[in-house]
Amino acid sequence: MLSYIAKRLAMAIPTLLIVITASFFLMRVAPGGPFDGERQLPPEIEANLMAAYHLDEPLPMQYLRYMGNLFQGDFGPSFKYKDFSVTDLIAQGFPVSLELGGLAIALALLLGIPMGVMAALKRNSTVDYLLMGTALGGIAVPNFVIAPLMALFFGVILGWLPVGGWNGGALPNLVLPVVALAIQQIAYIARMMRASMIEVLGSHFIRTARAKGLNERQVIWRHALRPAMLPVLSYLGPAIAGIITGSVVIEQIFGLPGIGRYFVQGALNRDYTLVMGTVVFYGVLIVLMNLIVDLLYSLFDPQIRYDD
Amino acid sequence: MTRCLFKSLGAALLLTCPLLACPLPAQAATLDIGIYGEPASLDAARVTGAVYDNDVLGDLFEGLVTLSPDGEYQPGVATDWSVSDDGLTWTFNLRDDARWSDGEPVTAEDFVLAFQRALDPEIASVYANLLYPIKNAAAINRGDAVMASLGARAVNDHRFEVRLEQPTPYLPTLMAHIIAAPVPAHVIREHGNDWTQLSHIVTNGAFKPSRWVSHDHIEAVRNPQFHDAESVDLDGVNYHLVENLNTGLSRFRSGNLDVMRDFDASRYQWLKENLGNAVHLHNQLSTYYYALNNRDDHPTSDVRVREALNLALRRDIITQKVLQGAANPTSSLVPAGTAHYDVQTMPGVDAPMEARLDRARALLKEAGYGPEHPLNLRLRFNSRDDHRRIAVAAAAMWKPLGINIEMVNAEANVHYAEIARGDFDIARASWVADFDDASNFLGILASGNTKNYGGYHSAGFDQLMKQAASQDDPDQRQQLLEQAERQALGDYAMAPIYADAARNLVNPDMTGWEDNAINRHLSRWISINP
Repeated sequence: MLSYIAKRLAMAIPTLLIVITASFFLMRVAPGGPFDGERQLPPEIEANLMAAYHLDEPLPMQYLRYMGNLFQGDFGPSFKYKDFSVTDLIAQGFPVSLELGGLAIALALLLGIPMGVMAALKRNSTVDYLLMGTALGGIAVPNFVIAPLMALFFGVILGWLPVGGWNGGALPNLVLPVVALAIQQIAYIARMMRASMIEVLGSHFIRTARAKGLNERQVIWRHALRPAMLPVLSYLGPAIAGIITGSVVIEQIFGLPGIGRYFVQGALNRDYTLVMGTVVFYGVLIVLMNLIVDLLYSLFDPQIRYDD
Repeated sequence: MTRCLFKSLGAALLLTCPLLACPLPAQAATLDIGIYGEPASLDAARVTGAVYDNDVLGDLFEGLVTLSPDGEYQPGVATDWSVSDDGLTWTFNLRDDARWSDGEPVTAEDFVLAFQRALDPEIASVYANLLYPIKNAAAINRGDAVMASLGARAVNDHRFEVRLEQPTPYLPTLMAHIIAAPVPAHVIREHGNDWTQLSHIVTNGAFKPSRWVSHDHIEAVRNPQFHDAESVDLDGVNYHLVENLNTGLSRFRSGNLDVMRDFDASRYQWLKENLGNAVHLHNQLSTYYYALNNRDDHPTSDVRVREALNLALRRDIITQKVLQGAANPTSSLVPAGTAHYDVQTMPGVDAPMEARLDRARALLKEAGYGPEHPLNLRLRFNSRDDHRRIAVAAAAMWKPLGINIEMVNAEANVHYAEIARGDFDIARASWVADFDDASNFLGILASGNTKNYGGYHSAGFDQLMKQAASQDDPDQRQQLLEQAERQALGDYAMAPIYADAARNLVNPDMTGWEDNAINRHLSRWISINP
């Protein structure tokens, strides 16, 4: 098991290097620079800025400098947010995205799995149509439509909840973004769970379990649920990585200081170091989440073993 | 099983229900402002001078000159000032009771250091050029002169002297800009460029920062050491970053914000009907224009083409129909309301529309364009809905003249990089005044200025600007500047479209907020009525 983990982590290094290198050069190839804007700078001031950030050096030199700093754990200074280093910004933004995404995933699992199971058990009944119709609606309506509508209804019209801002992660501020972020996930998980549950319920080992005289409850809980979770599990790896590294749309709409917003603002501002920092961070997280999911497989599927 | 599932659903609902009943936090006597961008730093030498920079840093630091609620310049740290007969040496007397938030006195040395840092090539301040009127400032910023040669010195703790390259009658207005605010020399000596860390920073304005969550909000509390602290009503100010105008509107409507510093112009009518006197729209010193490429290899280098384009533009339709009355049409670069200046008009644009179109057609024909040889022009704008709508409207106005417009849009950084290279025939741009003086607008047409996107070059214009710069008589200077603008407008150097308006949503229960032409509002004047 340990050697498997070590091997996977070692294999991640070249992947990350390729991602970092490609991002570095793609960022520089993109037209426009960090100091282009409505107020074109006098040439001497632009020269001062380029020198201050070593942008006047040849590109390979800049790359080597960046990689050198990166190996020492230094993401460099943000070009735009001058009172913060990129490390500061990630340290500040990630907990926000983590809390938001973690709660949304928890809510999605809490509602999505029971909904999917129930729909599978009551297949082709009114309950099934109702649940799956709702889920389809959740998938079809994008969250940039749902989020402002929820903000309008619960925040402006009813005045129950704040329509934006983080407020240190206060519960009232969390409700709308978490629900808005979770809706689509609930729908995906419910549909996936329903499909896989139906498939599992039709398999031989379930028929055997029933033939042995187990009651329906035991059949579902002890035999069907775990294998039926496998597709959801493989979906969760990249989904969790994607959600906890920031939902750009939700963070933008509710004005939350998460890492997804840093990424978008960084890209728009051509804040090279900030974009690179978030890319590296995101890359590492994806690798780790995929590894964790692969390890979890062995818990859910007895056919999978990571023995040495 | 079913019962179990209902339990899960019930638990999830129970989890969220109590939250619904939570009341919103009440914050008495704290002003919540929605700003649409975040300052790059709390160090004035490292910000870009945008509206939000002025909002935050303007509350934290007070310069020699400051602003009244109606935007008039008034003494700040300086009690009074005088200028030598030749107009080249200004002396500012500093008030005795000006203190930093740690109780240390604000001295002339703090201003000297602020100017030196702003001009230090290593700090690379993007606003250094505002201080270029000061002796040797430009050379120091280029690295061609030593810092000691800067024309700014502390005569004693309470007297600050500025020597200039040439007479600059508007110097006091420059001294109200955040770039000219003092810095705490005693803290910088100890902490260097890290002086803006919250654990180190001291300020001399009405407020001092207490918390900064990047991409969320900045909190500032009242500074008891401020010389006029007893007249400051607010306990604190929270500056919330709200980039999305719709979110800003929702937060304002739900009472979460007292002020939102912008709104979507295209919703002006709806807002007026629904939010009444909370909607503030007024002229500010800002001009939205199309740069016309005057360089040789572009059709727009022909003055007849530029005149035709200007004549056919129906600015009133753009402001009334496209912008729903949220801006005023203009054919001049220097907007109405600029101090010591009368608005100039572009020749011919006041004639009846039919006559204008006839002349435009004749001009194009004379320039060699017609059905067999149509005029194809490339119009660049940065991606935003209102820019697109205006571009579409303008293209439709030029179409009857046989002009085909190819529209190219790009995000702002790319747009400005491309137009700075001169890769366009027509390009959207705008200029917002840094300080209230016509030269700040006209300067963008001077030869060699990097903001002169169209590459307009007129020896006559440059000569007039130069004469105005060395003229210390305000009336003569005004005449020279007006003459310079008439020259540029007569050359149809660009196509001004409208004088942009400042748009704010303001809590009607607030006092001390007055609409003003430079759209700057210091929180020290504001009270919130319970």
